[in-house]
Amino acid sequence: MENFWQQLWNARIAVAAMTLFAVGFVTLLLHRNLLKKIIGLNIMETAAYLLLTSLGFIEGRLSPIVLGENTDPLLYVNPLPAGLVLTGIVVSVSVTAVMLALTVRLYARYHSLNLDDIYAMAQREHGVN
Amino acid sequence: MKRKKSIKERLREWDADAFDLTERTAGPMHPAPAAPEEEKPEEPPAPERETRLGSRALRILYSVLAALFGTVMLSFLLATASELPPYGAAENPVHNAVSERYIRDGMRETGAVNIVAGVILDYRAFDTLGESHVLFTALTAVLILLLGEGVHRESTGQIRMQQDRIVTNTASVLTPIIILFGVYGILTGHLGPGGGFSGGSIVGAGLILHSVAFGYDRLGRYLNIKTFRIVCFAALAFYSLSKCYSFFCGANGLHTVFSPGVPGRILSAGLILPLNIAVGVVVACTMYGLFSVFQRGKI
Repeated sequence: MENFWQQLWNARIAVAAMTLFAVGFVTLLLHRNLLKKIIGLNIMETAAYLLLTSLGFIEGRLSPIVLGENTDPLLYVNPLPAGLVLTGIVVSVSVTAVMLALTVRLYARYHSLNLDDIYAMAQREHGVN
Repeated sequence: MKRKKSIKERLREWDADAFDLTERTAGPMHPAPAAPEEEKPEEPPAPERETRLGSRALRILYSVLAALFGTVMLSFLLATASELPPYGAAENPVHNAVSERYIRDGMRETGAVNIVAGVILDYRAFDTLGESHVLFTALTAVLILLLGEGVHRESTGQIRMQQDRIVTNTASVLTPIIILFGVYGILTGHLGPGGGFSGGSIVGAGLILHSVAFGYDRLGRYLNIKTFRIVCFAALAFYSLSKCYSFFCGANGLHTVFSPGVPGRILSAGLILPLNIAVGVVVACTMYGLFSVFQRGKI
């Protein structure tokens, strides 16, 4: 058991990221408000970026900006996860913008952000029950 | 005159799912008084809420099950985390030959002192091209969704923001500094921290602050939909033309059409500086465009 906690402590950033991920996921499940669902999804995305960036870190090394002429690979942290996370952040911003625009359209149509209300009204509109 | 609500009341409302968006009288969210009549819900919405998930008991069961599912997932994730390699150790499997190669030869081959900039704008520039197109496509989708017909809204005149003296004075001091800092970030992206995406979003934030403080008219004189189109198109087309040769070379980069130059100078690193500028322009335009579309329904 001690070994387990020790290993969790060794991967502490990953533990934080996974807790954040679970928080975001439960937010996504529990709330019926569309804005809160979007917030939950954003929390999940942030968790993924935290995990990815933490994988690239190496204790006691510098950020990958070359000092002078010194290109010794043992001096710098891994530059790849930073580049990948950059892509991810941009995509998540785009997805969030599209989701918010859809929410605006739904609100303009049904004057509600509650998913249940929207379902009910849409069903009544189409004669489904 | 409505009484201001205290933070506690607001929190309680937020918690009770009664967050009232109509309070904020700005933007396309503002429900038109002349909303289509047939959509006015005549009956009180309370019984409707029961229809989707049946009864109250079912809703509670759903919440409990969701929390349970979250807990189970978290325990699985934590069990996985305990098997992960330790945080920050140099011998982790992710630190393999690829990143070593980038660090050892990156500056010599691309001329960029900032290795991340060299990776994303030279080795993997094609990836970044797709990325800026994702951003542009998202903006286009938002424009289609919010500017197209069918959004019932009063004529989108200018919505008066509160002309707060604190905001105005702060903005008049801070806006030039913020935008200058963003431009600095874009221009020195190959020499240090910064680059097109971060610098561009700082510039966009500066533009947003300006338009919040002083209204849209001042900014709209030179940043309207027309300049917006031209600038975005020019930046994306430049980026595409300079990197789409990868299609024809079988995804192999060409060698030194532009020389890498002396690393550390502003005019070095070949195409990275112009590409950074193009990306920064697209990002700044997208940030301001999204804000403007959401806030008042047009650019």
